[in-house]
Amino acid sequence: MKPVIVTKGITKTYQPDTIPVHALRGVDLTIKEGEFVAIVGPSGSGKTTLLNIIGGLDRPSEGYIEVGGKDISALSDNALIDFRRDNIGFVFQAYNLIPVLTALENVEFVMLLQKLPKDQRHKRALELLHAVGLDDKISKRPIELSGGQQQRVAVARALASKPAFVLADEPTANLDSVSTGQLLDIMANLNREEQMTFVFSTHDQRVIDRAHRIITLEDGKIISDQLGHG
Amino acid sequence: MLLSLAWRNIWRNKRRTLITAASVLFAVLFSSVMQSIQRGTWDHMVDNVVNYYYGYIQVQGKKFWDDRSIDEVIDRQTLLEQVPDRIKEDYPLVPRLESFALASGGNRTQGALMIGIDAAKEDQLTGLKGRISQGDYWESSPEGILVGEGLAQNFKIGVGDTLIFLSQGYHGVNAVGEYPVRGLIHFASPDLSKTMVYLHLTDAQQFYGTGDQVTSVVVGLKDKDEVSTLVNTLRSDLDTSQYAVKDWQQMMPELMQAKEMDTASANVILIILYIIISFGILGTILMMTKDRQYELGVLLSIGMRRMQLFGMMWMEVIMIGMLGVGLGFLISVPLVKYLSLHPFQMSGEYAQAYEKFGAEPIIPPAFDWGIFSWQVLFVFIITSLLALYPFWVIRKMRPVEAMRQ
Repeated sequence: MKPVIVTKGITKTYQPDTIPVHALRGVDLTIKEGEFVAIVGPSGSGKTTLLNIIGGLDRPSEGYIEVGGKDISALSDNALIDFRRDNIGFVFQAYNLIPVLTALENVEFVMLLQKLPKDQRHKRALELLHAVGLDDKISKRPIELSGGQQQRVAVARALASKPAFVLADEPTANLDSVSTGQLLDIMANLNREEQMTFVFSTHDQRVIDRAHRIITLEDGKIISDQLGHG
Repeated sequence: MLLSLAWRNIWRNKRRTLITAASVLFAVLFSSVMQSIQRGTWDHMVDNVVNYYYGYIQVQGKKFWDDRSIDEVIDRQTLLEQVPDRIKEDYPLVPRLESFALASGGNRTQGALMIGIDAAKEDQLTGLKGRISQGDYWESSPEGILVGEGLAQNFKIGVGDTLIFLSQGYHGVNAVGEYPVRGLIHFASPDLSKTMVYLHLTDAQQFYGTGDQVTSVVVGLKDKDEVSTLVNTLRSDLDTSQYAVKDWQQMMPELMQAKEMDTASANVILIILYIIISFGILGTILMMTKDRQYELGVLLSIGMRRMQLFGMMWMEVIMIGMLGVGLGFLISVPLVKYLSLHPFQMSGEYAQAYEKFGAEPIIPPAFDWGIFSWQVLFVFIITSLLALYPFWVIRKMRPVEAMRQ
């Protein structure tokens, strides 16, 4: 399997001029295609910061990041936005769907930004919503969907641009156990059948139990990197 | 989809959208109505004064305006030879011979402005016949004079009575005449009513001994937009060492000054109104931007470019602006149209002030598409400029920080 994400010596220091807070202290990490990875650790250990940097949402203070063979630390602002759009799928804790769009339109939205033709967008969005089991909810707006259903739409949206990998920041934090189970089943299926790479930051033991690889962070450093039970 | 997204976004907070659109609506409504009333009032006043007497353009002897002397007469035929044929064909040229005289009746004497006119042309220009309140417009007899109601009241005379006039005629000759009163004329202005006396041009020429000469020729145009073109044509074609071409603004400088002062103060009020409305719109834009920091951060994260994001926000503000501007336009047009057809009637001191200027005491808003267009455009430009604010926010936005909000 070829590597999808490679980081070398990543550090992130907040407020470097006053009281510096070292969120990451030299993270070296390689994630390969098709992995199902959980990044775990206590609050403040640097999980979200690492995910943000891998996802190109934040820039490291030092270090090198390669996503899909491309050094993203040197990309311009617009290039980085386009890179995120085309290569990375995001699933957020709070779902973050666009409230005024239907489920179908939410999934189509990223493809719209990619300027895909309407029929292609529509077809793929329907396929993805089918894959997450929401065929009957395509015309519903987020407010008309349960938390679990919204998160499944968010997964479909994350996959819409055919990304190199999906980053999910505490995706089950707001879900009940049934919804969490359904969501994890969907993601595990996508991982198994389409070799889609998933990287989670999580506290949720149910997610950790399904992960193939568990990376533990503490005080901004990787303290363990081991195979999971999933 | 961006357009659709922007449209749906503005209805996420219906109340805020409606309040903002309403503030834009009122900006357009108030500014359009205010300016229509302001312009309409002045147009009405100017038209009244101009059409009552002065006309929009007069050609006079070079020094007549300053000296007001009967000696500053001009030969009508010589003047007409210099006036371009196009003007002679398209506009009535109304001759007048005017000077002051002492009017006497019974044991009373007072000053009067005697104006010799071509009855038919004068009526065409000023509608003088329509202002006859008693008697007739020389229909029963070609002789005699028409006097203002105020003057008749001063002398306690009526139709059929006689007045004697005494003045200095052309080059110092004695001018004396006795004329029966054929009719009384109603003037809105009390000053005009107490002084005006009309007689046939030939009678006036005979009274003042001027021969076939006149003190002025009024160019009878109804549309004041043509004034400057015609004045320029006349000034270039006439011998300006002999003739002076005066437009209505030169003949009524006090009225012009009053108009300019009123326009300036109205403009200050408009600017204050625009500023208040601008703050209202800006407040909404600030709220829209602040409330949606998280959402904007998410959109940036999933790959929406900053310019697309700004374009969406800009469209949202513009849509609210267009909604307000459109509704403001739709309400103000029929409202101003109605008010222009049913003008406010003034009373009391306001009415008297209007009458002093020779204007009827009404407020008739001007119905001019230009006013609506300008106000709509101006409010829309303000909204468009304010809509640039999100650009400032989005330009600096970092998705991680925005999503921490």
